[in-house]
Amino acid sequence: MYVAVKGGEAAIRNAHKLLADRRRGDRSVPAIGLDQIVEQLALAVDRVMAEGSLYDAELAALAVKQARGDMIEAIFLVRAYRTTLPRFGYTKPVETSQMMIERRISATFKDLPGGQLLGPTFDYTHRLLDPELAEDMPVEMPDKRVEAHEHTPRVTDILGHDGMIEADGDMPDGSEIGDLTREPLTFPLERDLRLQALARGDEGFLLGLAYSTQRGYARSHPFAGEIRIGEVEVELEVAELDFPLTLGRIRLTECQMVNQFKGSSKQPPQFTRGYGLVFGQSERKSMSMALCDRALRARELGEDITAAAQDEEFVISHSDNVQSTGFVEHLKLPHYVDFQAELDLVRRMRGEHENQKSQIKEAAE
Amino acid sequence: MTELATYNFAYLDEQTKRMIRRAILKAIAIPGYQVPFASREMPMPYGWGTGGVQVTAAIIGPNDTLKVIDQGADDTTNAVSIRAFFQKVANVPVTTKTTEATIIQTRHRIPETALQAGQTLVYQVPIPEPLRFLEPRETETRKMHALEEYGLMHVKLYEDIARHGHIATTYAYPVKVEGRYVMDPSPTPKFDNPKMHNSPALQLFGAGREKRIYAIPPYTQVVSLDFEDHPFEVQTFSQPCALCAAKGSYLDEVILDDKGGSMFVCSDTDFCEERQAAGHRGHLSPAQAEAAE
Amino acid sequence: MRAATQVFEGGFADSVLGSQEIFRALMDAMANPGRIVSVGDLAQAPSPLTPVAASIAATLFDHDATVWCDKPIKASEAALGWLKFHTGLELTNDPAGADFALVTDIDNMPSFDAFAKGTSEYPDRSTTIILQVAGFEAQTSLTLEGPGIKGTQAFSPSQLPRMFTEQWAANRGAFPRGIDLIFAGNGLLAALPRTTRILNKEA
Repeated sequence: MYVAVKGGEAAIRNAHKLLADRRRGDRSVPAIGLDQIVEQLALAVDRVMAEGSLYDAELAALAVKQARGDMIEAIFLVRAYRTTLPRFGYTKPVETSQMMIERRISATFKDLPGGQLLGPTFDYTHRLLDPELAEDMPVEMPDKRVEAHEHTPRVTDILGHDGMIEADGDMPDGSEIGDLTREPLTFPLERDLRLQALARGDEGFLLGLAYSTQRGYARSHPFAGEIRIGEVEVELEVAELDFPLTLGRIRLTECQMVNQFKGSSKQPPQFTRGYGLVFGQSERKSMSMALCDRALRARELGEDITAAAQDEEFVISHSDNVQSTGFVEHLKLPHYVDFQAELDLVRRMRGEHENQKSQIKEAAE
Repeated sequence: MTELATYNFAYLDEQTKRMIRRAILKAIAIPGYQVPFASREMPMPYGWGTGGVQVTAAIIGPNDTLKVIDQGADDTTNAVSIRAFFQKVANVPVTTKTTEATIIQTRHRIPETALQAGQTLVYQVPIPEPLRFLEPRETETRKMHALEEYGLMHVKLYEDIARHGHIATTYAYPVKVEGRYVMDPSPTPKFDNPKMHNSPALQLFGAGREKRIYAIPPYTQVVSLDFEDHPFEVQTFSQPCALCAAKGSYLDEVILDDKGGSMFVCSDTDFCEERQAAGHRGHLSPAQAEAAE
Repeated sequence: MRAATQVFEGGFADSVLGSQEIFRALMDAMANPGRIVSVGDLAQAPSPLTPVAASIAATLFDHDATVWCDKPIKASEAALGWLKFHTGLELTNDPAGADFALVTDIDNMPSFDAFAKGTSEYPDRSTTIILQVAGFEAQTSLTLEGPGIKGTQAFSPSQLPRMFTEQWAANRGAFPRGIDLIFAGNGLLAALPRTTRILNKEA
């Protein structure tokens, strides 16, 4: 006797209970605190803030904890919360030339105003597992800079003085900066929306695409003109005040790639730009973003579009990991109605195939 | 710490609802045309009904009664989850009975019971563009719709016939709405296509990830694409439902053992239960088995 | 002073449920062209705006909606102020760039051609014109057919734009481009989407 499967509600309830149990793990191990995640898994928190497009370290830490360390799930949690937040206004563009710099390197000049600052980087560490970290060993305080920080102009500004690099792009007259979270995307895009999409895009996806440009799929001769990490002030213009209101500071990573020059009979050659800007500290993401940005400017720069990284619809439509994971994972949902339709057709066609075969056989006999 | 989040009636903020509502009115005015809208992240994943959920959230009010089905059933996990979501954020009455619902959100089926005037059917749509698998670029497919250039679709269907002797599309079977737009009916089996034609109910389609809303107003012509020598036809089943003996309803195959044993039962659980309650018995229905004992 | 009070008062008592009720009436009207749908006087705006027109504005307009208003509205500081305060709408003087048009003086409105019809790729980028009418009991009646209508539907708005049947036939002829109409009556509303055809009256 057949009884139809029931009890979806109870199954979901029980599954969620089990999930909560697994999330907590062994109860004899102390629960991890949000402050611990913010302080000690800071780069995970940064990635969740960057791809979740919400600058709030504590919420990002909560998301990391709730997601059991699954980064894309944590990003999703933050996004779904962000989307419900009201908009009070739009801040002024942040001024990265005024950044309180913690790290700043240029691969294009040995020395330059403001100097090279290594900062807190994994670079030049030897990737040897450190058994001491398994224990809570005391950590020395870092040395602090004593002298006042000297002015640190951006490398692209230095290059721009004598026209060696193209100017920062301008938006077409009268256009307003777009926001893909408020308006549906309409291809082809302007660079503002592309950069927004890339800033929210999946680090791994952009990394792979960026790598492909280095291997000849839309080669752009990139130089890491400058990478800077530090804090900038966020300012809001308020109608009643004649000066902008400072809301606070956020940590950013900015990458300016200096790329393949272009020129024509009318215009002397100059280098072109690729730009990356990410919440928190993420050089990998900002560099990948800058390489992808440059590749996606192919149309604007009159280059042949031959590679995946140059294909705007392809890159932007598939860079969002919340969208990608949803649709890939939706294959878990029941599809038995559709599968039944396919089963029916294949059975019918197999039946017809058999009939034909036997008819041919009969005719031959 | 950020204060515990509080959410608006039906979850979406009013500005988002207005944006979706404006898109819905345009969609109704241009039947079958996909209106772009600024789809939001929802608290369930893209691909799991976010488009349908946003449409339902934008239209639902305290006077509504909501039914949610997935694969025709009210008790599949995703249907349960979406129904629970609306109970929580909109506190509306819910039902499993097709006839009692004012709004029915569905994935992959149209109820067997004929819909009535005043009802709204909200489809969850994964890929709204019927031409997408022929041409992956939005910029191109948009031009094709603008120029009413649907030859490629007919070529594809005809290639099927040449290769398989049949049109090999069994679900998400394209339709032409009011003689103008070729439209994806969402992945419903083609069995359900005729129900879309001249339906007294309003049909709304929401694709969250792809950010499109489209509609079929009541009493609108919806024609499945076909050829004179290969007219459109729906699936038929060789046996009635094993539980309610319904003929002409869409059946799911339920595997009973690993020796090829299976039975066929209505995919529309409400339809099947209503029939059983009215005394209809299939050859494997529990009541039949009791009677035989 | 009085003008200021008028501007700030008269919004929906409950903006969430009020706009939901009006939207459902609009959706019902748009899906069933020519059907007269009754609504409550949910919003009250200064003259020349009627409560139903004001309620529709409060339901559909915000700073993402570009709206063209006709002269009598523009001449009323209180009415404009009300719309701005309660909806945050984006005003335009160019009907061809408007998502919505709000018309109180139908006799003197621009022809449909002046408004946005959308493009063949984006026919949704077109103007929805909201016509403020006295009611739906005119002597002469239009016979409608098309999507949303079972058979035919009689429709008798008290006012219609000049040369309406000719203008409407041209609008219908541009399909899928075209404008859509919403009629705001007294406690009632109706709609004509661009798909609706007007049958020639029998002689």
